[in-house]
Amino acid sequence: MLACRRLHANVRTARGLLSSGPVTGQHPGPRGSTVPRQSLHTGSSLRNDFYKDLEAQLAAVRKKAAEALPGSGWSPFELNPDLPPERADIVIVGGGVVGWSIAYWLKQKERVQGEVKVVVVEKDPTYTQASTVLSAGGIRQQFSLPENILLSLASADFMRNVNEHLGVMNEDPVDLQFNHSGYLFLASEKAAHIMEQNYSTQRYAGAKVSLLSPTQLKEKFPWINSDGVALASYGLENEGWFDPWTLLNAFRKKAISMGVIQCCGEVTDFKYTVNVATTPEGENVALKRIKSVKVQMPNSLEYQPVECAIVVNAAGAFSSKLAQMMGIGSGPKGTMAGTPLPVEPRKRFVYVFHCPDGPGLDTPFLVDYSGVYFRREGLGGNYIAGASPDEAEEPDISNLDVDHSFFEEKIWPPLAHRVPAFEKLKVTSAWAGFYDYNTFDQNGIIGIHPLVNNMYLATGFSGHGLQHSPAVGRAVAELILDGGFKTLDLSGFNFKRILNQEPMLERNIV
Amino acid sequence: MSAHLMSLHRCCQRSALLLVARRPWSSSSASPPPLHTRLLLFLTQRFYDMEMLLSWSSQLKRRVIQRKNAYYSYAQRFHGSDIAAAYYVLNLKGGFRFVGLSAWFRANHRGKFNWDFLNHKDTPLEEVDMSYSVINYTGLVNLEGQRSLRTLSFRGCPEVDDWFLAKLHMFQDSLEELDISHCPRITTGGLAALRNLKGLRRLDISSLPGISSPGLIIILLEEMLPQCQITASGYNLSLSQEEKMEQMQEQRKGQS
Ligand SMILES: Cc1cc2nc3c(=O)[nH]c(=O)nc-3n(C[C@H](O)[C@H](O)[C@H](O)COP(=O)(O)OP(=O)(O)OC[C@H]3O[C@@H](n4cnc5c(N)ncnc54)[C@H](O)[C@@H]3O)c2cc1C
Repeated sequence: MLACRRLHANVRTARGLLSSGPVTGQHPGPRGSTVPRQSLHTGSSLRNDFYKDLEAQLAAVRKKAAEALPGSGWSPFELNPDLPPERADIVIVGGGVVGWSIAYWLKQKERVQGEVKVVVVEKDPTYTQASTVLSAGGIRQQFSLPENILLSLASADFMRNVNEHLGVMNEDPVDLQFNHSGYLFLASEKAAHIMEQNYSTQRYAGAKVSLLSPTQLKEKFPWINSDGVALASYGLENEGWFDPWTLLNAFRKKAISMGVIQCCGEVTDFKYTVNVATTPEGENVALKRIKSVKVQMPNSLEYQPVECAIVVNAAGAFSSKLAQMMGIGSGPKGTMAGTPLPVEPRKRFVYVFHCPDGPGLDTPFLVDYSGVYFRREGLGGNYIAGASPDEAEEPDISNLDVDHSFFEEKIWPPLAHRVPAFEKLKVTSAWAGFYDYNTFDQNGIIGIHPLVNNMYLATGFSGHGLQHSPAVGRAVAELILDGGFKTLDLSGFNFKRILNQEPMLERNIV
Repeated sequence: MSAHLMSLHRCCQRSALLLVARRPWSSSSASPPPLHTRLLLFLTQRFYDMEMLLSWSSQLKRRVIQRKNAYYSYAQRFHGSDIAAAYYVLNLKGGFRFVGLSAWFRANHRGKFNWDFLNHKDTPLEEVDMSYSVINYTGLVNLEGQRSLRTLSFRGCPEVDDWFLAKLHMFQDSLEELDISHCPRITTGGLAALRNLKGLRRLDISSLPGISSPGLIIILLEEMLPQCQITASGYNLSLSQEEKMEQMQEQRKGQS
């Protein structure tokens, strides 16, 4: 501590020595002291304007001369300044929250500054279709799989210390607008025993959850109609909702400040080499290795191949399209090469409604056994609600249009049954987004693809990818840089489970 | 002519640099490469040096706070959780009262305290005053075992945030009075977590700079904790009154 004070004193004297002008346009540092930032030549009192002018002119002459030399980068044609670099160590496809989290953690874990060159390729910098910004922003620990519970706990821990992780010097601190309101799951008679099992798994993993009988439920939340509820489980800590945009932006800003290159473009193809190997069963398999990624620039025919050592597929709902480009799933059925990445976009609607007499500040993120969920949105009597449709009635995914009859028919009746105050409400707006839905077992797919030995997958989170992104990013960075999981063992989530037909079923899917 | 000026220019620059290079905070002066590489290195790293310095100092500050809030496992093991909790409170310059005793134990402003509390082994705490201390989320584990805590004050604690409030549910069976006034990091999202403290009789949320539309929040809190008397001073009420009106108008619009 003492040493630190002395250093500070030194900084202050240094300022007196070096700079003559006042220091402007700076935020005070964490200790309230401003620190000189300008470069030396504006500060030296030994020089005057004459030299400054001369210097500028000389610099201009030097620059021109250098440009005219043969072998310089100058060319008569204008180059697109947004082109990605020709070479990178790691290319992350998809700049959603998962992609940027991985980028951040890769930089966080590198030993020397600039050790790995990371590029994030995102086709839509306005994020009109990305699941991240269209999600409900919830985080919960109430899962049935220990892996998912631990991922949530680790992510909550990350969010609690978000400014230690994602704070950028001289910028406002990150405020996720976290609402500590908890999740409330309601179970019917039929599913009560599952809820009890989940509860003990959750407690065992260290989550703070409590079980409520229908009477206790009614006592705690007088506005609930407890008809048909046999058991409820209620999160006490680390549960609620936050602003997805803020988290995405914070990851992005921090990663860029650490040297990650952001690039706007769509990955449309890969160049790869093929090696044929024979499995112990005598099956011939083609092992591929990506050499370069073709990045198509937006609104133009221009493209740039990016040579790279590792590709991370974090393209969310559209990640299986990328896998198809590598030929994954195109082989004969039943073989390794014929097993596609089982992730597809599934459209989910979210409705915003207003109800002045609805529940107040204590409204949790309520998930009814009918599949309908709702939560408070702000303080002015607004709420958002949604539900997953039946498998047979999945809506068309060619666009993001909202089906308003879905609210009238499938959401409102159970909603008004559960909360009688909602019999009178007014839908004020609605939106739709794509779940990155894993049709195999509704869980993330994390790790390397067995047939493409430098493509890492981080996708298929099926409606809980936002909340797990901090911990998933760390896990993928560990896989890449350390060669294995260090903090959380997520090996159960690898692609092999799909080849072996061993689902990791999550029972609490909303 | 120009070459002459250039050398003069370089000379000036160098003399300015030399002044700086003597500063002990240069990270590049550890090894002795030739002078000009040293200067170059210094130039490229100078900016990072400042950033590093700043981040080090805040890291150091954080570490000090973290150390003060460490888990008192040693005291727990040898003196039980009650004494450990009491010791933690006194170390953070707070004060407390044991169940069944009227005297308060407090640290003085220099952090010195009387060790007599060691005589009250296995007596839980009933009132704890941590106002203006650096208690944070991790430090709260030291109070976790306290099942008879009735009064808690965190007035003006700079490290008390929403996550901290969310953890207070562990006192839900006993807590009756809570003072979280003047805590700069509390926001509306954390106040929602007080819903678990159903036994609360008195709550002080005065002067919280982090909450917007305090008028509305006070109403919502009163609705959520009907048994509780809420103190909220230090807000510009005329303004919040206006906001309330706006809110009500909005609601009416929504209804019609
Ligand atoms: C309605 C709804 C509610 C949800 N609620 C929650 C919730 O409460 N809690 C929770 O944790 N999760 C929730 N989710 C899920 C969560 O949003 C997702 O799991 C998560 O955002 C996935 O992040 P991602 O980065 O993988 O995907 P995305 O955010 O979709 O990002 C993928 C990005 O990749 C880009 N991309 C795709 N293909 C290419 C290509 N070829 N080249 C370049 N770029 C490409 C896309 O443009 C996109 O921006 C919800 C989702 C929806 C739809």
